[in-house]
Amino acid sequence: MSSHGIKDKVAIVGMGCTRFGELWDRSAGDLVVESTQAALTSAGITKDSIDAYWLGTLISGYSGMTLSTALKIDYKPVTRVENLCASGSEAFRNACYAVASGAYDIVMAVGVEKLKDTGYSGLARPNPADDGTGTTLTAPARFSMLAPAYADKYGVARDDFKEAMTHVAWKNHYNGARNERAQFRAEVPKEKIRNAPAVAGDLGVFDCSGVSDGSAAAIIVRAEDAHRYTDKPLYVKALSFAAGPGTGPFDPTYDYTTFEEAVRSAADAYRQAGVESPEDDLMMAEVHDCFTPTELVLMEDLGFSARGGAWTDSLADKFSLHGTLPVNPDGGLKSFGHPIGASGLRMLYECWLQLRGEAPRERQIAAKGLRYGLTQNLGGGPGECVSFVSIVGADVG
Amino acid sequence: MTDILTYGVYVPYWRLPGSTIATVLGSAGARGTRAVASYDEDTTTLAVEAGRQAVRDAAVRARVDAVHLATSQPAYMEKTNATTVHAALSMDPRVRCCDTGGAVRSGFASLIAAAHSTETTLVLASDTRTGAAGGVDEATTGDAAAAFVVGRASAGPSAAEVLGSGSASAEFLDRWREPGDRWSRSWEERFGESHYLRLAAESFESARKSAGIEVDAVTHLAVTGLSPRAAARFGRESGVDPSRIVTDLSGEIGNAGTAHAGLMLAELLDRAHPGDVLVVTSLADGADTLVLRASPSIDRARPARTVRSWIDAGNPGLGYADFLTWKGHLARQSPRRPEPDKAAAPPSMRRAEWKFGFAGSACSHCGSRHLPPQRVCLRCGSVDAMEPVPLADTPARVATYTIDHLAYSPAPPVIGVVLDFEGGGRYACELTDATPAGVSIGMDVEMTFRRISENSGIQNYFWKARPVVVAAGEPTGGSA
Repeated sequence: MSSHGIKDKVAIVGMGCTRFGELWDRSAGDLVVESTQAALTSAGITKDSIDAYWLGTLISGYSGMTLSTALKIDYKPVTRVENLCASGSEAFRNACYAVASGAYDIVMAVGVEKLKDTGYSGLARPNPADDGTGTTLTAPARFSMLAPAYADKYGVARDDFKEAMTHVAWKNHYNGARNERAQFRAEVPKEKIRNAPAVAGDLGVFDCSGVSDGSAAAIIVRAEDAHRYTDKPLYVKALSFAAGPGTGPFDPTYDYTTFEEAVRSAADAYRQAGVESPEDDLMMAEVHDCFTPTELVLMEDLGFSARGGAWTDSLADKFSLHGTLPVNPDGGLKSFGHPIGASGLRMLYECWLQLRGEAPRERQIAAKGLRYGLTQNLGGGPGECVSFVSIVGADVG
Repeated sequence: MTDILTYGVYVPYWRLPGSTIATVLGSAGARGTRAVASYDEDTTTLAVEAGRQAVRDAAVRARVDAVHLATSQPAYMEKTNATTVHAALSMDPRVRCCDTGGAVRSGFASLIAAAHSTETTLVLASDTRTGAAGGVDEATTGDAAAAFVVGRASAGPSAAEVLGSGSASAEFLDRWREPGDRWSRSWEERFGESHYLRLAAESFESARKSAGIEVDAVTHLAVTGLSPRAAARFGRESGVDPSRIVTDLSGEIGNAGTAHAGLMLAELLDRAHPGDVLVVTSLADGADTLVLRASPSIDRARPARTVRSWIDAGNPGLGYADFLTWKGHLARQSPRRPEPDKAAAPPSMRRAEWKFGFAGSACSHCGSRHLPPQRVCLRCGSVDAMEPVPLADTPARVATYTIDHLAYSPAPPVIGVVLDFEGGGRYACELTDATPAGVSIGMDVEMTFRRISENSGIQNYFWKARPVVVAAGEPTGGSA
């Protein structure tokens, strides 16, 4: 990729995140009021200071007015962005670039989704009119293709891979049980995960993320202005977004063991941030664990494990809360559910807490490496997706 | 007159034995077994499958001037269903399409009309049938389709020469159905029987005379109709040696109404030797008889799959609740998921070669195949250098698969398969006519035209894969 990074040019000085869950008593508007007020409070400012807004949502509203009417924003620019499940990340990326360009001094990125009001247990979104020949398979079915493909390619017994999948779910629920904002706040025994009713292929109910409502927000300023708002800003080290050609499902050479979009966006982000060894340099990572095999494959795509090694690394607790590289310390999509537009910024919120040492004691991870945190957020399915990777750090440099 | 050039039939995969009905309803039950169109099939898709057998030879396909589809259960009213078949068979736009339907008699009548025409016609007769739960009609009717290309003989294949036909018509209440009713009603069978015997004899006589053959020249006779008593009795009284009368197939697959006379003719053609004289008499609001002589080239004209092979490939494991659900007689809880979107008219029209004809594209620079067709090559990036590739008849293998318990379907779970096509090309779609335990990586599949979903009265037709139907080879079973 040919991106010019904006390392250390902008900083996050305030964040807010709602509780995620079946929030029957709140609308999308209510949720953005909550997340943005929390973000403003944490930066010690009012909305009058914000010069421009970016809003990421898939189905919870149209246009910038989804945000401006809820917050009563007075004639400021609000850009609504959508990039499937990475919509919140896309809002954040564009907001950062707006400050880095010098166009604005202080901006806000907001993500929100209200999925539970649709009445369906899965994602219900309006589709463009088409010829009716598109896939009828659900997201879990498409992602379930990863498991047998991986097992076949690396000569892993299906049961062993299922055990690694179970470990991912178990780990993320363990972390989520220590997070007051999570939708699911209970540890789940492995036996229950392993024996849960089948959803698709080798995926049981606990191999899938839930459906929830939520919102998160971030305030971004020029790096040199950061200390006017907080003693502990997060500096943006890298932002990378890759939209794939979507050819995987009809390309006979695609083997369902990788997300090339994640590989590319990660490589670009590491270059921007100067990360040479993700394992050594990163303190933590929040990744898109929409389904348990997704997290395993991402460990390899992000360079956290050698090819074919993620399943054993995972079982060896490398990615656990107190492992050498904690992944999804907040509980991930598994514990939070996946309110589409909010998830990318929810991942960033965990970096905000962990890198500033403000996570609750029972899940605060020890500082290490460059005190960098990574978020990886994707939308689509195997072979046809968009992937976002950001890297933020607690210090300049 | 003309020739039956080629032909083909289709009998759906699922079977419902009468004993299954009896087990559920606690009744005595019928002895036979009936064929059942799957939840993703209707008379149009059945006709497509039969038509594919008949026009597999591209030269034959290219000769067709008109497509006539006859059914008592049209998928659409007002809209012509034959155009869907025409599109699925990738036929020339200059071909005329029309539906002849409503009456059960229309199937065989269309075939006879085509035999009197100077045009080359693809005649399709297709039907799905049922009756009230526990009734005779439910157990003894069936779902199937037959297809014939009728035209003047040329250098190409010919199955049989049409020697003559005869008809007799009469107005009486035998069997009827109001528009919108789910199944038909009938008068006491013995009433119709008396009329049918006279009418059958009249049509048989006039057909025999127009063909110039004596009764003892008949090699095989098939008699069919919705009054089984009358059909059986006419056979006995026709003067044809009983050993030459072919059993009606209704005990194995049920009577397929509009399609059944066609099925019986195909059965005769499957077993005929060159020179054999074949007669089919069909009883429906009168009687129609067709007399044919098997052509010297009949072996070349036969489809890859015989009537017998379709019958033998059936799966009798269908449950009665599923049968009722598929027939729309049992309202089941729909999954808590959004209903399938309706297929939109403009994109369906723009992509008709893909949606109906299952034509992908191949890059003329690097040869990469794309399903669905693309304008930009996935491999070399060439723009607008694509050639259409018809893949409906290309064998494929399962590269990987999944069982989807969440996807919206009247027959969950949905089996999703990723297919690699012989000669290149990959596509992911549903696997139908299969059970989760029966799918495996590397299994051979073939494409089949199905009804994917329905919304707003719009039938969303597209292709799925099914396990390869093993052809039984030589027709089996002699005369009764």
